[in-house]
Amino acid sequence: MGDRYGIAGTTIFDGEQARKGYALNRMCFSFNDAENRAAFLANEEAYCAKFGLTAEQRAAVARRNVLEMIAAGGNVYYLAKLAGIFGLNVQDLGAQQTGTTVEAFKAKLVEAGR
Amino acid sequence: MARIVGGLATSHVPAIGKAIAKGLQHDPYWKPFFAGFDAVYPWLAHIRPDLVVMIYNDHGLNFFLDKLPTFAVGAAEEYRNADEGWGLPVMPPFPGDAAFSWHLIESLVADDFDITMCQEMLVDHAVAIPMQLLWPGGKAWPVNMVPVAINTVQHPLPSAARCLKLGRAIGWAIESYPEDMSVLVVGTGGLSHQLDGRRAGFVNKPFDLMCLDKLVEEPEALTIYSIPELVERSGSQGVELLNWLAMRGALTGRVSWAHSNYHIPISNTAAGLLVLDHRPRSGTRPRDVAA
Repeated sequence: MGDRYGIAGTTIFDGEQARKGYALNRMCFSFNDAENRAAFLANEEAYCAKFGLTAEQRAAVARRNVLEMIAAGGNVYYLAKLAGIFGLNVQDLGAQQTGTTVEAFKAKLVEAGR
Repeated sequence: MARIVGGLATSHVPAIGKAIAKGLQHDPYWKPFFAGFDAVYPWLAHIRPDLVVMIYNDHGLNFFLDKLPTFAVGAAEEYRNADEGWGLPVMPPFPGDAAFSWHLIESLVADDFDITMCQEMLVDHAVAIPMQLLWPGGKAWPVNMVPVAINTVQHPLPSAARCLKLGRAIGWAIESYPEDMSVLVVGTGGLSHQLDGRRAGFVNKPFDLMCLDKLVEEPEALTIYSIPELVERSGSQGVELLNWLAMRGALTGRVSWAHSNYHIPISNTAAGLLVLDHRPRSGTRPRDVAA
Protein backbone atom coordinates (compact mmCIF):
# COMPACT_ATOMS: atom_id res chain seq x y z
CA MET A 1 0.00 0.00 0.00
CA GLY A 2 0.93 3.65 0.15
CA ASP A 3 3.36 3.04 3.02
CA ARG A 4 5.77 0.95 0.91
CA TYR A 5 7.83 4.04 0.10
CA GLY A 6 9.29 4.10 3.61
CA ILE A 7 8.52 7.72 4.45
CA ALA A 8 7.75 7.91 8.16
CA GLY A 9 4.25 9.03 9.06
CA THR A 10 3.31 9.37 5.40
CA THR A 11 0.97 7.35 3.21
CA ILE A 12 1.53 8.09 -0.47
CA PHE A 13 -1.79 8.16 -2.34
CA ASP A 14 -0.94 5.56 -4.96
CA GLY A 15 -3.06 3.18 -7.02
CA GLU A 16 -3.61 0.79 -4.18
CA GLN A 17 -4.84 3.55 -1.86
CA ALA A 18 -6.98 4.96 -4.66
CA ARG A 19 -8.65 1.58 -5.24
CA LYS A 20 -9.25 1.04 -1.56
CA GLY A 21 -10.54 4.56 -0.95
CA TYR A 22 -12.67 5.09 -4.03
CA ALA A 23 -16.10 5.05 -2.35
CA LEU A 24 -15.01 7.31 0.50
CA ASN A 25 -13.28 9.78 -1.80
CA ARG A 26 -16.25 9.76 -4.16
CA MET A 27 -18.56 10.64 -1.29
CA CYS A 28 -16.24 13.45 -0.22
CA PHE A 29 -16.07 14.76 -3.81
CA SER A 30 -19.86 15.13 -3.65
CA PHE A 31 -19.40 17.64 -0.82
CA ASN A 32 -18.42 20.32 -3.34
CA ASP A 33 -22.21 20.75 -3.52
CA ALA A 34 -23.94 22.47 -0.58
CA GLU A 35 -27.07 20.34 -1.05
CA ASN A 36 -25.02 17.20 -0.60
CA ARG A 37 -23.38 18.56 2.53
CA ALA A 38 -26.84 19.23 3.92
CA ALA A 39 -28.00 15.74 2.95
CA PHE A 40 -25.04 14.21 4.78
CA LEU A 41 -25.83 16.21 7.91
CA ALA A 42 -29.52 15.33 7.69
CA ASN A 43 -28.90 11.59 7.52
CA GLU A 44 -25.25 10.56 7.71
CA GLU A 45 -25.98 6.82 7.74
CA ALA A 46 -28.12 6.93 4.62
CA TYR A 47 -25.69 9.23 2.83
CA CYS A 48 -22.72 6.92 3.51
CA ALA A 49 -24.79 3.91 2.44
CA LYS A 50 -25.67 5.62 -0.84
CA PHE A 51 -21.96 5.84 -1.71
CA GLY A 52 -21.27 2.27 -0.63
CA LEU A 53 -18.64 2.99 2.00
CA THR A 54 -16.88 -0.08 3.37
CA ALA A 55 -17.41 -0.96 7.02
CA GLU A 56 -13.91 0.36 7.78
CA GLN A 57 -14.62 3.65 5.99
CA ARG A 58 -18.02 4.03 7.64
CA ALA A 59 -16.52 3.48 11.09
CA ALA A 60 -13.70 5.95 10.43
CA VAL A 61 -16.20 8.60 9.29
CA ALA A 62 -18.46 7.92 12.30
CA ARG A 63 -15.46 8.34 14.59
CA ARG A 64 -14.30 11.48 12.69
CA ASN A 65 -10.86 9.86 12.71
CA VAL A 66 -8.61 11.14 9.96
CA LEU A 67 -5.80 8.59 10.33
CA GLU A 68 -8.37 5.80 10.09
CA MET A 69 -9.89 7.41 7.00
CA ILE A 70 -6.44 7.58 5.38
CA ALA A 71 -5.83 3.92 6.30
CA ALA A 72 -9.13 3.17 4.56
CA GLY A 73 -7.91 4.88 1.38
CA GLY A 74 -9.04 8.43 1.97
CA ASN A 75 -7.13 11.22 0.26
CA VAL A 76 -6.64 14.31 2.39
CA TYR A 77 -7.80 16.75 -0.29
CA TYR A 78 -11.14 14.95 -0.35
CA LEU A 79 -11.24 14.37 3.41
CA ALA A 80 -10.80 18.12 3.86
CA LYS A 81 -14.19 18.60 2.19
CA LEU A 82 -15.75 16.28 4.78
CA ALA A 83 -13.94 18.14 7.55
CA GLY A 84 -15.32 21.40 6.15
CA ILE A 85 -18.84 20.19 6.97
CA PHE A 86 -17.86 20.16 10.63
CA GLY A 87 -16.12 23.53 10.37
CA LEU A 88 -12.71 21.93 10.76
CA ASN A 89 -9.68 23.18 8.81
CA VAL A 90 -6.38 21.50 7.97
CA GLN A 91 -4.83 22.69 11.23
CA ASP A 92 -7.58 20.93 13.18
CA LEU A 93 -6.87 17.81 11.10
CA GLY A 94 -3.14 18.17 11.74
CA ALA A 95 -3.65 18.38 15.49
CA GLN A 96 -5.88 15.32 15.51
CA GLN A 97 -3.49 13.24 13.42
CA THR A 98 -0.46 14.15 15.49
CA GLY A 99 -2.29 13.66 18.79
CA THR A 100 -1.91 17.19 20.04
CA THR A 101 -3.98 20.32 20.56
CA VAL A 102 -4.54 22.80 17.78
CA GLU A 103 -2.60 25.41 19.75
CA ALA A 104 0.36 23.06 20.19
CA PHE A 105 0.22 22.09 16.51
CA LYS A 106 0.27 25.76 15.48
CA ALA A 107 3.12 26.48 17.90
CA LYS A 108 5.16 23.64 16.37
CA LEU A 109 4.77 25.23 12.94
CA VAL A 110 5.82 28.64 14.23
CA GLU A 111 8.85 27.00 15.82
CA ALA A 112 9.75 25.32 12.52
CA GLY A 113 10.09 28.76 10.96
CA ARG A 114 12.70 29.98 13.41
CA MET B 1 5.02 37.52 -31.63
CA ALA B 2 4.08 36.79 -28.05
CA ARG B 3 6.71 37.55 -25.41
CA ILE B 4 7.29 35.92 -22.04
CA VAL B 5 7.67 38.88 -19.73
CA GLY B 6 8.29 37.05 -16.48
CA GLY B 7 7.70 34.09 -14.23
CA LEU B 8 6.22 33.96 -10.77
CA ALA B 9 5.45 31.24 -8.27
CA THR B 10 3.43 31.49 -5.10
CA SER B 11 1.80 29.32 -2.46
CA HIS B 12 -1.95 28.89 -2.85
CA VAL B 13 -3.35 27.35 0.36
CA PRO B 14 -7.08 28.02 1.02
CA ALA B 15 -6.30 29.78 4.31
CA ILE B 16 -4.88 32.67 2.21
CA GLY B 17 -8.29 33.07 0.57
CA LYS B 18 -9.96 33.14 3.97
CA ALA B 19 -7.48 35.75 5.19
CA ILE B 20 -8.21 37.90 2.11
CA ALA B 21 -11.96 37.52 2.66
CA LYS B 22 -11.57 38.64 6.28
CA GLY B 23 -9.18 41.48 5.41
CA LEU B 24 -6.37 40.09 7.57
CA GLN B 25 -3.51 41.22 5.31
CA HIS B 26 -2.06 43.43 8.07
CA ASP B 27 -2.74 41.02 10.90
CA PRO B 28 0.56 40.07 12.61
CA TYR B 29 0.15 36.41 11.63
CA TRP B 30 -0.45 37.21 7.95
CA LYS B 31 1.60 40.36 7.36
CA PRO B 32 4.92 38.55 6.71
CA PHE B 33 3.19 36.64 3.92
CA PHE B 34 1.16 39.43 2.29
CA ALA B 35 3.98 42.01 2.58
CA GLY B 36 5.95 39.77 0.23
CA PHE B 37 3.64 40.92 -2.54
CA ASP B 38 4.32 44.66 -2.09
CA ALA B 39 7.18 44.39 -4.56
CA VAL B 40 5.07 42.42 -7.02
CA TYR B 41 2.66 45.25 -7.86
CA PRO B 42 5.21 47.67 -9.37
CA TRP B 43 6.78 44.70 -11.15
CA LEU B 44 3.42 43.77 -12.70
CA ALA B 45 2.83 47.41 -13.65
CA HIS B 46 6.19 47.33 -15.42
CA ILE B 47 5.80 44.03 -17.31
CA ARG B 48 2.07 44.59 -18.09
CA PRO B 49 1.01 41.03 -18.94
CA ASP B 50 -1.96 40.49 -21.25
CA LEU B 51 -2.19 36.80 -20.45
CA VAL B 52 -1.28 34.52 -17.55
CA VAL B 53 -0.48 30.87 -18.16
CA MET B 54 -1.36 29.42 -14.77
CA ILE B 55 0.31 26.11 -13.90
CA TYR B 56 -1.41 24.55 -10.91
CA ASN B 57 -2.92 21.37 -9.49
CA ASP B 58 -6.62 20.69 -9.05
CA HIS B 59 -7.69 19.50 -5.60
CA GLY B 60 -10.88 17.68 -6.47
CA LEU B 61 -13.02 20.44 -7.93
CA ASN B 62 -12.78 19.91 -11.69
CA PHE B 63 -11.16 16.48 -11.73
CA PHE B 64 -12.16 13.51 -9.64
CA LEU B 65 -10.25 10.25 -9.31
CA ASP B 66 -12.52 8.60 -11.90
CA LYS B 67 -10.65 10.31 -14.75
CA LEU B 68 -7.52 12.15 -13.74
CA PRO B 69 -5.21 13.56 -16.41
CA THR B 70 -1.50 13.90 -15.73
CA PHE B 71 -1.44 17.17 -17.70
CA ALA B 72 -4.54 19.13 -18.72
CA VAL B 73 -4.84 22.38 -20.67
CA GLY B 74 -7.84 24.70 -20.53
CA ALA B 75 -9.41 25.63 -23.88
CA ALA B 76 -12.41 27.58 -22.63
CA GLU B 77 -13.61 31.13 -23.23
CA GLU B 78 -13.81 31.56 -19.46
CA TYR B 79 -13.11 29.54 -16.33
CA ARG B 80 -15.48 29.46 -13.43
CA ASN B 81 -14.46 29.09 -9.81
CA ALA B 82 -16.88 27.13 -7.60
CA ASP B 83 -17.68 25.91 -4.09
CA GLU B 84 -15.00 23.51 -2.85
CA GLY B 85 -16.81 22.68 0.36
CA TRP B 86 -14.85 24.68 2.90
CA GLY B 87 -16.37 28.13 2.74
CA LEU B 88 -14.10 30.13 0.45
CA PRO B 89 -15.86 32.95 -1.40
CA VAL B 90 -16.39 32.04 -5.06
CA MET B 91 -14.46 34.36 -7.35
CA PRO B 92 -15.89 35.89 -10.54
CA PRO B 93 -15.07 33.92 -13.72
CA PHE B 94 -11.61 34.27 -15.21
CA PRO B 95 -11.54 35.26 -18.88
CA GLY B 96 -9.61 32.79 -21.03
CA ASP B 97 -8.04 33.03 -24.47
CA ALA B 98 -9.31 30.04 -26.40
CA ALA B 99 -7.34 30.89 -29.55
CA PHE B 100 -4.11 30.86 -27.57
CA SER B 101 -5.20 27.67 -25.78
CA TRP B 102 -5.54 25.79 -29.06
CA HIS B 103 -2.15 27.04 -30.21
CA LEU B 104 -0.71 25.85 -26.89
CA ILE B 105 -2.43 22.48 -27.24
CA GLU B 106 -1.21 21.98 -30.82
CA SER B 107 2.31 22.96 -29.88
CA LEU B 108 2.42 20.71 -26.80
CA VAL B 109 1.11 17.68 -28.66
CA ALA B 110 3.61 18.35 -31.47
CA ASP B 111 6.27 18.26 -28.75
CA ASP B 112 5.02 14.82 -27.63
CA PHE B 113 3.06 15.95 -24.57
CA ASP B 114 -0.16 13.92 -24.58
CA ILE B 115 -2.26 16.44 -22.72
CA THR B 116 -5.99 16.43 -21.97
CA MET B 117 -7.91 19.26 -23.63
CA CYS B 118 -10.67 20.91 -21.60
CA GLN B 119 -13.32 23.14 -23.15
CA GLU B 120 -15.02 23.22 -19.77
CA MET B 121 -12.88 23.50 -16.68
CA LEU B 122 -13.67 24.69 -13.19
CA VAL B 123 -10.66 26.21 -11.48
CA ASP B 124 -10.14 25.89 -7.73
CA HIS B 125 -8.28 27.88 -5.08
CA ALA B 126 -4.96 26.99 -6.69
CA VAL B 127 -5.88 29.39 -9.51
CA ALA B 128 -8.23 31.76 -7.69
CA ILE B 129 -5.90 32.63 -4.81
CA PRO B 130 -2.84 33.48 -6.92
CA MET B 131 -5.11 35.65 -9.10
CA GLN B 132 -6.37 37.46 -5.98
CA LEU B 133 -2.83 37.87 -4.69
CA LEU B 134 -1.58 39.37 -7.96
CA TRP B 135 -4.65 41.49 -8.67
CA PRO B 136 -6.31 42.27 -5.33
CA GLY B 137 -9.29 44.50 -4.74
CA GLY B 138 -12.09 42.59 -6.42
CA LYS B 139 -12.12 44.61 -9.64
CA ALA B 140 -12.54 42.92 -13.03
CA TRP B 141 -9.56 40.68 -13.82
CA PRO B 142 -7.20 42.78 -15.95
CA VAL B 143 -5.63 39.80 -17.74
CA ASN B 144 -6.74 36.69 -19.55
CA MET B 145 -5.82 33.38 -17.97
CA VAL B 146 -5.15 29.94 -19.43
CA PRO B 147 -4.88 27.12 -16.89
CA VAL B 148 -2.53 24.15 -17.16
CA ALA B 149 -3.17 21.47 -14.54
CA ILE B 150 -0.52 19.02 -13.38
CA ASN B 151 -1.61 15.99 -11.36
CA THR B 152 0.01 16.21 -7.93
CA VAL B 153 -2.75 14.22 -6.19
CA GLN B 154 -2.92 10.67 -7.52
CA HIS B 155 0.42 8.86 -7.66
CA PRO B 156 2.23 8.08 -9.87
CA LEU B 157 2.94 11.76 -10.53
CA PRO B 158 4.95 13.03 -13.48
CA SER B 159 8.63 13.38 -12.60
CA ALA B 160 10.35 16.66 -11.83
CA ALA B 161 12.32 16.32 -15.07
CA ARG B 162 9.11 15.76 -17.05
CA CYS B 163 7.46 18.83 -15.51
CA LEU B 164 10.50 20.98 -16.30
CA LYS B 165 10.30 19.76 -19.91
CA LEU B 166 6.57 20.46 -20.02
CA GLY B 167 7.40 23.99 -18.95
CA ARG B 168 9.96 24.33 -21.73
CA ALA B 169 7.38 23.17 -24.26
CA ILE B 170 4.93 25.75 -22.85
CA GLY B 171 7.61 28.39 -23.25
CA TRP B 172 8.23 27.43 -26.89
CA ALA B 173 4.49 27.50 -27.53
CA ILE B 174 4.16 31.02 -26.12
CA GLU B 175 7.13 32.32 -28.09
CA SER B 176 5.82 30.86 -31.34
CA TYR B 177 2.38 32.46 -30.96
CA PRO B 178 2.00 35.08 -33.69
CA GLU B 179 -0.09 37.58 -31.71
CA ASP B 180 1.66 40.57 -30.19
CA MET B 181 1.11 40.04 -26.50
CA SER B 182 2.90 39.81 -23.16
CA VAL B 183 2.65 36.59 -21.20
CA LEU B 184 3.35 35.95 -17.54
CA VAL B 185 3.87 32.34 -16.49
CA VAL B 186 2.74 31.48 -12.96
CA GLY B 187 3.28 28.30 -10.98
CA THR B 188 1.27 27.76 -7.81
CA GLY B 189 1.43 25.67 -4.64
CA GLY B 190 4.18 24.69 -2.23
CA LEU B 191 6.51 25.14 -0.67
CA SER B 192 7.03 22.36 1.89
CA HIS B 193 3.90 21.21 3.66
CA GLN B 194 2.07 18.07 4.64
CA LEU B 195 -1.59 17.85 5.62
CA ASP B 196 -1.97 14.12 6.13
CA GLY B 197 -0.67 11.39 8.38
CA ARG B 198 1.33 11.35 11.58
CA ARG B 199 3.85 13.64 9.89
CA ALA B 200 1.19 16.36 9.33
CA GLY B 201 2.71 19.78 9.91
CA PHE B 202 6.05 18.80 8.41
CA VAL B 203 7.95 21.66 6.78
CA ASN B 204 11.57 21.75 5.60
CA LYS B 205 13.15 25.19 5.56
CA PRO B 206 16.65 24.17 4.33
CA PHE B 207 15.18 22.24 1.42
CA ASP B 208 12.81 25.10 0.47
CA LEU B 209 15.59 27.68 0.57
CA MET B 210 17.74 25.42 -1.60
CA CYS B 211 14.85 25.12 -4.09
CA LEU B 212 14.29 28.90 -4.16
CA ASP B 213 17.97 29.29 -4.98
CA LYS B 214 18.22 26.55 -7.62
CA LEU B 215 15.01 27.59 -9.38
CA VAL B 216 16.65 30.84 -10.51
CA GLU B 217 19.65 29.60 -12.47
CA GLU B 218 19.87 25.83 -12.11
CA PRO B 219 16.40 24.23 -12.05
CA GLU B 220 17.85 21.02 -13.52
CA ALA B 221 19.49 20.43 -10.14
CA LEU B 222 16.03 19.70 -8.70
CA THR B 223 15.33 16.95 -11.21
CA ILE B 224 17.64 14.53 -9.39
CA TYR B 225 14.85 13.87 -6.89
CA SER B 226 12.34 11.10 -7.51
CA ILE B 227 8.74 11.82 -6.53
CA PRO B 228 9.01 9.82 -3.25
CA GLU B 229 12.24 11.71 -2.50
CA LEU B 230 10.41 15.00 -3.08
CA VAL B 231 7.57 13.87 -0.79
CA GLU B 232 10.10 12.91 1.86
CA ARG B 233 11.87 16.29 1.64
CA SER B 234 9.00 18.69 1.04
CA GLY B 235 5.95 16.80 2.32
CA SER B 236 2.99 15.11 0.66
CA GLN B 237 1.68 18.43 -0.63
CA GLY B 238 5.07 20.12 -0.98
CA VAL B 239 5.34 18.06 -4.13
CA GLU B 240 3.39 20.93 -5.71
CA LEU B 241 6.93 22.14 -6.34
CA LEU B 242 6.32 20.42 -9.71
CA ASN B 243 4.17 23.42 -10.70
CA TRP B 244 7.05 25.76 -9.85
CA LEU B 245 9.44 23.67 -11.94
CA ALA B 246 7.11 23.78 -14.93
CA MET B 247 6.83 27.57 -14.57
CA ARG B 248 10.61 27.85 -14.49
CA GLY B 249 10.92 25.57 -17.50
CA ALA B 250 8.77 27.95 -19.53
CA LEU B 251 11.38 30.69 -19.10
CA THR B 252 13.51 29.64 -22.05
CA GLY B 253 15.56 32.83 -22.29
CA ARG B 254 17.78 34.69 -19.84
CA VAL B 255 16.39 34.51 -16.32
CA SER B 256 17.25 36.64 -13.34
CA TRP B 257 15.96 36.91 -9.79
CA ALA B 258 13.62 39.86 -9.25
CA HIS B 259 12.10 39.21 -5.83
CA SER B 260 11.36 36.44 -3.37
CA ASN B 261 9.77 35.90 0.00
CA TYR B 262 9.68 32.94 2.36
CA HIS B 263 7.69 32.64 5.56
CA ILE B 264 6.72 29.86 7.96
CA PRO B 265 3.93 29.32 8.75
CA ILE B 266 0.76 30.16 6.95
CA SER B 267 -1.71 27.48 8.02
CA ASN B 268 0.33 24.24 7.72
CA THR B 269 2.54 25.61 4.99
CA ALA B 270 5.96 27.10 4.41
CA ALA B 271 4.93 29.92 2.11
CA GLY B 272 7.08 30.85 -0.84
CA LEU B 273 7.07 33.58 -3.46
CA LEU B 274 9.54 33.77 -6.32
CA VAL B 275 9.53 36.44 -9.02
CA LEU B 276 11.76 36.02 -12.06
CA ASP B 277 12.62 38.43 -14.84
CA HIS B 278 12.87 36.98 -18.31
CA ARG B 279 14.47 38.21 -21.52
CA PRO B 280 14.21 36.18 -24.71
CA ARG B 281 17.49 34.96 -26.17
CA SER B 282 17.98 37.10 -29.27
CA GLY B 283 18.81 35.37 -32.51
CA THR B 284 17.98 31.90 -31.28
CA ARG B 285 14.79 30.20 -32.26
CA PRO B 286 13.26 28.82 -29.10
CA ARG B 287 13.14 25.26 -30.41
CA ASP B 288 16.89 25.32 -30.99
CA VAL B 289 17.54 25.71 -27.28
CA ALA B 290 18.63 22.37 -25.86
CA ALA B 291 15.82 20.69 -23.97
